[in-house]
Amino acid sequence: MDDAIIHRLWIIAGVLAGLLIVAPGLIWLERRMLALWQDRYGPNRAGPFGLLIVLADTLKLFFKEDWIPPFADKFVFVIAPTIVVVTVLLSFIVVPFAPGVMVSDLNIGILYFLAMSSLGAYSIILGGWASNNKYSLLGAMRGAAQMISYEVFMGLSMMGVVLLSGSFSLNTIVEAQKDMWFIIPQFAGFVIFLIAGIAETHRLPFDIPESESELIAGFHSEYSSMKFGLFFVGEYLGIILISSLTVSLYFGGWLGPDFLPPLLWFCLKTFAFICFFILLRASLPRPRYDQLMEYGWKIMLPIALLNLVVTAGVILMYK
Amino acid sequence: MAIIFYMASAIAVIATVMVITRHNLVHALLYLVVSFLAVAIVFYVLGAPFIAVLEIIIYAGAIVVLLIFVIMMLNLRQESVAQEKQWFSGKIIIGPLILASILLVEMLYILTSGEPAGLSENMIEAKAVGMSLYGPYVLGVELSGILLMSGIVGAYHLGRQKKKVTHRFLEKKEE
Repeated sequence: MDDAIIHRLWIIAGVLAGLLIVAPGLIWLERRMLALWQDRYGPNRAGPFGLLIVLADTLKLFFKEDWIPPFADKFVFVIAPTIVVVTVLLSFIVVPFAPGVMVSDLNIGILYFLAMSSLGAYSIILGGWASNNKYSLLGAMRGAAQMISYEVFMGLSMMGVVLLSGSFSLNTIVEAQKDMWFIIPQFAGFVIFLIAGIAETHRLPFDIPESESELIAGFHSEYSSMKFGLFFVGEYLGIILISSLTVSLYFGGWLGPDFLPPLLWFCLKTFAFICFFILLRASLPRPRYDQLMEYGWKIMLPIALLNLVVTAGVILMYK
Repeated sequence: MAIIFYMASAIAVIATVMVITRHNLVHALLYLVVSFLAVAIVFYVLGAPFIAVLEIIIYAGAIVVLLIFVIMMLNLRQESVAQEKQWFSGKIIIGPLILASILLVEMLYILTSGEPAGLSENMIEAKAVGMSLYGPYVLGVELSGILLMSGIVGAYHLGRQKKKVTHRFLEKKEE
């Protein structure tokens, strides 16, 4: 094998290992942060700062009974949780972590991400359907409707950035932000992308598919042990993905002053957004289901379209 | 690249056969998704990455999700599987089989008579697709836009509900 392939394999291994270490670590981070904002301690007994709770949680998940309900559709029930993890991990292929540190600089990067995130919706739908349970089915239906509708303007909001940089490749987009981060000309696009991203990862306040208080965990009510664990890891990986994409699209990716290496800049910015995701969970109530859909189609879609038209018009004017 | 092309096409054909022969509708739709993914890879290998991604976003990501959505709403279970089995008998397959075999003979003739086309080397960028869509084919784009618009208006008309009045004193004022 030549050096380029080995170099690429190292990057793949590094990204995979990094993500799979960070994703469970986020559980600890989330619990500690929530505790901080709610004026309590959170997990603080196992190991320094309670860090070993991650290990304890993982072991607990592994040793729980892995139960498939007799009324479930076995084949679909088993593959559903793997879909979300696989699609989210595949999306990381196009994320530029630092100059030269990305798995593949696809010239259709953004579209590829949209394709993967639309496939991710199958995880919820199939999981809920295969469980053969009323609450799960309701959760799955909500999830399907929510993910399809929020994907529409997620794509539209990103097109503003594509217009400004003239490329679908995330690497080119980051490099085009050398003089000015796209958050300044594309503020509306940024807000829409972030909201759609939260809906896409179905985190609070958009966790309608699983809302514990009305649907008893929705689409994954019937899941236990590591199958539930996969849904969980998929959700945290989704948070990292949306945060890192927000950073690459609107906050200059790995660009930053020289005193820190680019990779560190990227990680710091992404970390800030991950904390923002957790803060949202700590501070916002969950909307009603119809409010969520109405908000999407009646407010977000027109704003996204307007943003696209205005951006295109301005670019044409100054060309 | 050629071997990837042949593998993906084989998967597409097998998955499509499975779509037809499954009795459980959701399983059939899952095979349909696999078939779309395989076709997307075929497009990519043939040098059309933009169409490949659109195939996944639109067909696998949106249309089949909507189909599954409908099936979930109908809540079809064992009865429908039994009914499907009954409908999908040996006799019903004869007609399509004759038509398909004519096509197969035609395809084999074309493949054996001419030179093999071979895989193209040049990738067609998204920009080129956009240029031709809004250049020579702009009429087609606009017509399909009008078609979609009429679909949306029709769906809105069918889905519109009369304002429900729950209070008996308000009933006469609203018409």
